[in-house]
Amino acid sequence: MNSANSIKFLYAAYIATWLIHALYLGSLVRRYGRLRQQMKDLRK
Amino acid sequence: MKRLFPILAVLTALLLTYALYQALVVAPTERTMGDVQRIFYYHVPSAWTAFLLFFVNLVASVVYLVWRNPKADALAVVAAEVGVIFCTVVLVTGPIWARPVWGIWWTWDVRLTTTLVLWLIYVSYLVLRRFSDSSQTPKLAAVLAIFGALDVPLVYFSIWFFRTQHPQPVIGGGGSIDPRMLHVLLINWLAFSCFAVLVCWWRYRLERLQREVEEAQALESLLGPGGVPSQSARVKAPLGRGPQ
Amino acid sequence: MKSFWSITLATLSKDIRLEWRSKDALNAMLFFSLLVVVIFSFSFDPNAEESRQIAGGLVWVAFLFSAVVALNQTWARELRNQVLDAYRVSPAPANSLFIAKAMGNFLLVSLLEALMAPLFTIFYNLRVLGPGWQLIPVAVLGTWALVVNGTFFAAVSLRTRSREIMLPLLLFPISIPAIQSMVEATRIILTGDGSARFWIVLLLTYDVVFTTACLGLFETVLQAE
Repeated sequence: MNSANSIKFLYAAYIATWLIHALYLGSLVRRYGRLRQQMKDLRK
Repeated sequence: MKRLFPILAVLTALLLTYALYQALVVAPTERTMGDVQRIFYYHVPSAWTAFLLFFVNLVASVVYLVWRNPKADALAVVAAEVGVIFCTVVLVTGPIWARPVWGIWWTWDVRLTTTLVLWLIYVSYLVLRRFSDSSQTPKLAAVLAIFGALDVPLVYFSIWFFRTQHPQPVIGGGGSIDPRMLHVLLINWLAFSCFAVLVCWWRYRLERLQREVEEAQALESLLGPGGVPSQSARVKAPLGRGPQ
Repeated sequence: MKSFWSITLATLSKDIRLEWRSKDALNAMLFFSLLVVVIFSFSFDPNAEESRQIAGGLVWVAFLFSAVVALNQTWARELRNQVLDAYRVSPAPANSLFIAKAMGNFLLVSLLEALMAPLFTIFYNLRVLGPGWQLIPVAVLGTWALVVNGTFFAAVSLRTRSREIMLPLLLFPISIPAIQSMVEATRIILTGDGSARFWIVLLLTYDVVFTTACLGLFETVLQAE
């Protein structure tokens, strides 16, 4: 496979890595939001 | 402690950027594989980090079983979850690297297969934690972690022997490494380790918050919203972690 | 030590008697195993040489799925009659209960294998080219490997939602080295290509490691329910 084509795989790998981490961190943010809301409801 | 977190986050982001620059620009181009080989600087540190996190989970699980320390259990969950994330990165970047270089997406070689089995074991660990309603879930999960740890050497050994009988290309290559490449590899490993520590820290705070909320919910159903014991609560008071 | 084994055998013989009287689980599993063999035969139609190569994999996957059906009902009777609570407060060692259950499952799954093996031989026209007697230790060690962990994880899964799917979900990843050993050993014995000794030794190691782990941790799991 020539190197011009295989660069695509390099970028795909780096982007995939950060995509996976971003999705996970995003899910953590959402869970934080939900828990803070639950805490607020309990304190009422 | 709380103000330390944003500072460390910024430092880690800078370190990751520097490591990325090192990987893409500074590191020398590999002779046979070309620039695609640079995936190596993300693939390998992710693997080391994942294995380290799984080891942390094992230690925390054993500590929990012996001393019943709830903080150890929280750490076990955190390490398992973040470990699975990093392991997923390894399993995704591996085939992306293999395809252009060796022409195949996957091979049942020792390292990839052992990584896959570790991923399967820890996903099953997380599923057990999610699906188990009992207040004893931490104990059961800790037991599973020990079983997983006993299994991994057997997995590695069995595939290693299988490969000596049926040799195939080894993804990731063996042999010695150029010192300049090793330098870049270690920088990326440091950056990803700092990133992992931060994510674990954040996830740990989330876990503590979750447990506080659950305790507060349990207390509320026990005492009623005004702090007065309610009739129905005496019947339905959950013990520890009730079904969610 | 003597009372440990007498309790174990008493539990085991009770289970066998109960099962033999109703034959519920046994009949269901027998029919399920037959179906699995037939479905696999439709899916894969190899010639004689290919048969010997892949039969190991086919046979053990079929046994694995039939074993899961058997394992899922391991603790069903105990749950229905609150027997586990009784065990928790009795002075009887938890491990005698575990060994009895594991041995009961071992006998049940071995019976299934003994009935399915001839069917497989017929459907795939199998002829053993290597030392056929070696299939016995492979079957014994392999079945124990699946059953010992299966009985253990069946207990772990008791308090989970979707209990029946939780068992294979936990069992399969941990069983991978055992399954690979069984499959490879069977393939080598059937094709006569090399020695299966390494795989049999690995199976034995697996059995020793995990039997010890199950015996060491079962008390924890029993108390956890």
